[in-house]
Order: sequence, then structure tokens, then C-alpha cells
Amino acid sequence: MKEPGAQIDKRRGQYMTNSAVQDRPRSPDTGQAPLLRLEGLTLGAGGNAVVEDVTLDAAAGEMVGLVGESGCGKSVTALAILRLLAEPQIRPTAGRVMLDGRDLLSLPMRDMEGVRGNDVAMIFQEPMTSLNPVLTVGDQVSEAILLHRDVSRAGAMEAAEAMLAKVGLPAPHRALGRYPHEMSGGQRQRVMIAIALACGPRLLVADEPTTALDVTVQAQILDLLDDLRRETGMAVLLITHDLGVVAQYCDRVAVMYGGRIVEQAPADALFAHPRHRYSQALLATMPASNPPGARLPAIAGLVPPPGKRPPGCAYHPRCAHPVESCAARMPPLAPATGAPDHSVRCWNPA
Amino acid sequence: MSLLSARNLSKVFPGKGGAPIRAVTDVSLDVAPGEVLGLVGESGCGKSTLGRSLLRLIEPTSGEITFDGQDITVLGKAGMKKIRRDMQIVFQDPFGSLNPTHRVGHVIAEPLIVQGVGDKATRRARVAELIDLVGLPEDAAGRYPHEFSGGQRQRIAIARALALDPKLIVADEAVSALDVSIQSQIVNLISDLRARLNLAIVFISHDLSVIRHVSDRIAVMYLGRVVEIGPAERIMENPQHPYTRALLSAIPRIGARREDRVRLNGEVPDPSAPPPGCAFHGRCPQVMEVCRKTLPPLGQPADGEAHHEVACHLHPVAAHG
Repeated sequence: MKEPGAQIDKRRGQYMTNSAVQDRPRSPDTGQAPLLRLEGLTLGAGGNAVVEDVTLDAAAGEMVGLVGESGCGKSVTALAILRLLAEPQIRPTAGRVMLDGRDLLSLPMRDMEGVRGNDVAMIFQEPMTSLNPVLTVGDQVSEAILLHRDVSRAGAMEAAEAMLAKVGLPAPHRALGRYPHEMSGGQRQRVMIAIALACGPRLLVADEPTTALDVTVQAQILDLLDDLRRETGMAVLLITHDLGVVAQYCDRVAVMYGGRIVEQAPADALFAHPRHRYSQALLATMPASNPPGARLPAIAGLVPPPGKRPPGCAYHPRCAHPVESCAARMPPLAPATGAPDHSVRCWNPA
Repeated sequence: MSLLSARNLSKVFPGKGGAPIRAVTDVSLDVAPGEVLGLVGESGCGKSTLGRSLLRLIEPTSGEITFDGQDITVLGKAGMKKIRRDMQIVFQDPFGSLNPTHRVGHVIAEPLIVQGVGDKATRRARVAELIDLVGLPEDAAGRYPHEFSGGQRQRIAIARALALDPKLIVADEAVSALDVSIQSQIVNLISDLRARLNLAIVFISHDLSVIRHVSDRIAVMYLGRVVEIGPAERIMENPQHPYTRALLSAIPRIGARREDRVRLNGEVPDPSAPPPGCAFHGRCPQVMEVCRKTLPPLGQPADGEAHHEVACHLHPVAAHG
């Protein structure tokens, strides 16, 4: 199981070794720039800012959760990293997407093709729509390998089989000849992961990868991603609405609301002591946080869509603890008192 | 006495390739007036088919359903129409189940119109009452479903289901498509309504944390059968079936450790080719030889507690007599 990690080390030289990955610090190194750094990323659509001023790091081997409810901007942020946005309807208007010191937003689109798959790969919620229904699984995995590696067709097919085995697909040799519709949702997601990992990306962007799956299969897929990032040193940016998933798998977490990051911290710290009133309310409202049958402390109102976000802090009309500044001015994302690695965008943090 | 009682209920669908799909097999369960029974399981376990079969929205292949003392499996069209006043359903996707061309007032009044209840004025008054009951804005009746958010649309669907003052509601993944902050609003609404109206609810969900929150009793399904049923706190605190245990430990929870989990390999088998013996044996971490051959009956284990039934060879059912 160590082979792919070693392979990447050979190709890249600067990769972390397996042992270094295991010993990696909980937050990014102080001296070295992280693998991925979003700097003030702002995305506009039709004159409205959909995502504003998102700054977020992911170090090699780290699993970072980007969590929020529908319409908070988490998925478009993910797409922007790979420059997969439906431009010009929605496009970056400010900020940078730094991958290993290179701004992906300033690359010509042609160069992005080399980045996708090689450096950054992405998996989505519904693998059926991302897989080609008329090609066999073997064709699709080996295609990804052929695109990025100098191997023969037979060699690519062999590598594809090895990848399918690695992602835990039962009977990988037989799977090469099967079509996506002959597989279950969990198996299809394993195939997608195999394609995404075929060329040893250094960053995997996973957008709700298990939302369509049953809970026991979800656990299998998340365990797989967790094992892979520990083995290979790949960074994972996990986009999800599920706070439980983030708590269980992520090293760090960023909570989005109304197009902005409102809180960012090591996962343990955030769940032990949420500082933003939104994160706090979101955790409190979960059925699992309450005694059975008790009235859930619901959050009143709705998530405002882009273009209808209120001035000041976007959460203030729903907030149970507003102060005067909240409606007037957007709070900065600032380190929390006594916790430099825990930042919060709130005028009246908990 | 039970409000709803199913005995040996089965539903077999004709399969595409000839092999019939056994969606629900030999399910017996009861729901008391005002009780919430949670029905939980993974996709393909038959929970939705069971929910619809209980209302005869899907015609069961065999078995008996008694509602309010009456065997409804023998009822004709007119008899069913009458009994439907008392049994309603709420679906997962409120947009798919609300007619987009009708105003909300009409959508909510529809069951009253179909059943010929009241005149226009009394129906309008009832709609206003229902709109207030489910917490929709007062002017909702004159607006269209698309003008509402997902959570509010689910309120509309609930108002419609309550229009005829039913005794039983089947809620099929009614909160599953909603965001966390909206989901809790609807869970609270369902709890309130249940208390105020003495509603019995069959609450179908794949989400155990929601099921635990709303249910008095929980039935766990696997490949068309109930494998464990009992009081909610017993099922959650002291699950007996290895599948229930795995399902519980698979929920990603804040504060839970990955190492403590029961890891399940494989996936739910194909319902058109169920394995012999216990359907779970291929994934069961505690599988024994007998599990591969003999189907364990659902019943109270010899060493078990009252009203807590399990279908597992690890917990043999007490001998009768």
C-alpha cells in the first residue's frame, strides 16, 4: 500500500515522506508556504459577490473541511480552485489561488489542463454524472493515466487495475470491463476516486463526495480518503454540509455563511468551543446535540441568497446575540482571544 | 389497541430481468394512536415501499393491514377513499409533490375538495387555520409553491396532509433534503403537531440521529425485513443486532473516534437475489455457520427485554409455551 506514496516522492522530490506525513503538525508550518492557499478569493456573478474574501490554507497531507449550508458559496469556491466555474457568468473578481507558490487564476487555460489531474483533482457528489456511461471503467481510469503519464495502453490498463484495487473495489480485474451503471453508488464513487488519484494529485478537492451514499458506505469512502491522504501526503479539501463528517475526519475546518468564511480553526477546537454565533447555533440545533424528544434550539429564518445578503454581518438577522455593529459593518476575520490559530468573523463572539 | 397493525406484509415487484424484487418481506408491526414509529435503514432496505404499502399507495403482494379496527386490505376503492381521510403521507421532495400551477391555498385545500368536505367558505377558513398551525406567513394562501423555500414548502406539504385531521401520517424522508438549520425547524414542528393533535406518525428516515430524536419506537430494516424493533432508547443505547450496531457507529458524530467504529465491508445485497439464511451474514462481523443457512426469526430473545425484538442467531428467541 506504500507504493503510490513512494512513487510521488520520486517524481516530485519535494514531497513529504510517509513518516513525515504521519508526524505532520496540526496546523500549517510556520515558515513554509502551504500547498494550497486561497488569498482573498472573491467570485462575482451578475454584479453580486457570491463568494467574498475567502482566505484558506491546506498543507500537504492535511484534510481541511469547508462546511456550510446550501447557498453559502462552498461549492463554487471548490470549482474556482480548478477553474471549472461557468465563466463568464460567475468568475473570480479578486484574490488568488496559490498552489505551491503559483497563482492558478493567472495561468492560461491551456496550462490549467496540465494542472487538473496532475496537481489537483476533484470528485463530486454524484459519480454517475461525472462518469461516461458508454465507456468501461477500465477505459476511463486508464484514460486518466494515459493523459498524464508516458505509458503504453497495456501499461495504463495495468496501472488502472492497481488503482481500483487500491481504492478497495472488489474484483478489480473484472471491474475493468464493467460499465458505470452496473455498479452501486459506492462502487462508482470508488471509481471516481481511482480516476482522481490516477496521477498522484497533491490536492484532492472533494465536493460532498458521500452525500448521496448510505451511511455505512459513506464511512467506507471517508476512511479510504483518510487513509490515502495519510499514505500519500495528498491534501484534501472536503466540502460538506455535515458537521459530523468534519468533526470525525478533518484536521482543520472553515465554516462559511453568506459567501464568507465566518470561522476557521483546528477541528477539535471548533467543536469544543465554537466562537461564531452561527457555528454555535448550528451545532446546538443538531438532533444529536439534544436529548431525544427535546425541543431543538432552531435557528430562525433562512440563509439569504447572494444578492439579498443583508449589510454588515450576513448572519445578524438570524443571530440570537446581535450587537449594534452587526447590522452596520462586516466584522473582520480575526484571531479569537487566547487562540491564535482560531479565527472568527464576529462582533460578539462566544 | 393499535391504530395501525401490519401482519406478514410483503411486496414483490416484477424484476426487469425476470427475477422478482423482494422489496418487503414478511413485516409485522403495530403503531399505537399518537405514537411515532421510526423506520430506519439504508437505501433499498424497503422502508419507503413499506411506508407506502401501509397506506395501500402500493398494493401489498400479501399480508394484512388493520387500521382503526378495520381490515383495509379487503377494502374497495370507495372504502379506501373514506379511510384515506385518516391516513396521509408527506414526501421528501416537497417541490415534486406540490402542483406548481396551483396557489398554496388550493394545494392545502385539495384533500378537502377531493373528499367533499365543507363549502368554499369553510374550506378557506380551514386553510387559514392550517397555515397558522404550520407556521407559514398569513398571505401564503395566495402565493405559488415556487415562491417558498424548501423548508416552507415542507410546511405546505404538512399543512395539506393535516387538512382532513388524520390519525396517522407517514413521513417519508420528510426532513432529509433540508439544511441543518431548517431541518430542526421542521423536526420541532412535527413534534409540536404530534403532541397537539395526538397524531400517530410512521417516520421514515435514513438518518438515525433524527429518528432517535422523534421516535417512541424504532424499527431497523435490512433487505426488506425488520431485523430489530423496540423502544427508541433501547435500540439506541443497547442495540442487539450487529447491523443496528454498525449502522449506529457509522454515523459521523462529534466527539466519536474513528477507531471505535464497527467497520462494515461490502454493500447491501441485491433484493432480487437475497442471500440464503440471514441477509446480513455476508457483512456481519460476528457471522456464524447457522447464519448462512437459516433465517433467524424476529422475536424477543430469551435473555432480552420486553418489547425489544431481534432477528439474529446471536440472540435466540425464547421458546414458546
